[in-house]
Amino acid sequence: MIRLTRKAEFCAAHFYHNPAFSAEENRLMFGKCANLQGHGHNYVLEVTIAGEPDPATGMLLDLKELKEIIEREVMARMDHRSLNHEVPELAGKIPTCENVAIVIWNLLAPCITRGQLDRVRLYESPELYVDCTPDSRPDAGRTSGGKSA
Amino acid sequence: MKLTLTRRYSFSASHRLHSAAFSESGNQRIYGKCANPYGHGHNYVLEVTMGGPVNESTGMIVNLADLDEFVQREVIEPFDHVYINEQVAEFRDVVPTTENLCRDIFGRLQRFSLARLERVRIEETSKNSLEMTADPEGPRKEMANNGTKRAVPD
Repeated sequence: MIRLTRKAEFCAAHFYHNPAFSAEENRLMFGKCANLQGHGHNYVLEVTIAGEPDPATGMLLDLKELKEIIEREVMARMDHRSLNHEVPELAGKIPTCENVAIVIWNLLAPCITRGQLDRVRLYESPELYVDCTPDSRPDAGRTSGGKSA
Repeated sequence: MKLTLTRRYSFSASHRLHSAAFSESGNQRIYGKCANPYGHGHNYVLEVTMGGPVNESTGMIVNLADLDEFVQREVIEPFDHVYINEQVAEFRDVVPTTENLCRDIFGRLQRFSLARLERVRIEETSKNSLEMTADPEGPRKEMANNGTKRAVPD
């Protein structure tokens, strides 16, 4: 099995607010992220497709096609947008990295026509990311790095 | 679909790879310059991966404030700016290779009660990394995500 990963970057604003909580409870729960004026991130998205290359083309999925899918499904919806106000799929949800990654997974999964969606990794910052993977991920062996020096 | 969240931390520490079980020449042969008597140091990068259900009212697997507080107390404070061989009790008689460090830190982080530890990955340098994952066959802590130590309103 081969895995192919395409990367994309989008810039978006968000804030965390649960209308069921009071203002004070929102502040306690979400800290600075509860600021209703919002704040933003440069999100980095990695989309991984798994499968076998087509013997005729040597490709698992044409990268141009994958780029177009990501552009249409994710970038057009989320880039330079407010995730709270402008992305219908996130309406009524708190746009945490978890929920944004789930929405992206659900948008991309039906569009992958060759191979299968294997992982959506969404970085909110270099220090924080969320991975969405299928329940059973065949062949996803453990990895380990080099030797101590 | 399975969801995990990974957070990246760093700490700086010194160590020396040397075992009393080997002769001096044995230590030199096995550990090379890492066995030098006065030790050396690294900027370690620690990646902590947590899994579990997303709490409905917070949208989170784990509140980062809770995770940061726990990792800070259990790992960063004991390991940052210390000589691991002498100043972390668990390494008095254990060679502080990244393998052993990874296993020790995995054990510490497994005590976190608000989400399930899935993986610990340590970069000793940008070239060397070690990771330890929860045993998929092992017992799984099934948890209802109450989300946070921070008071969740009823």
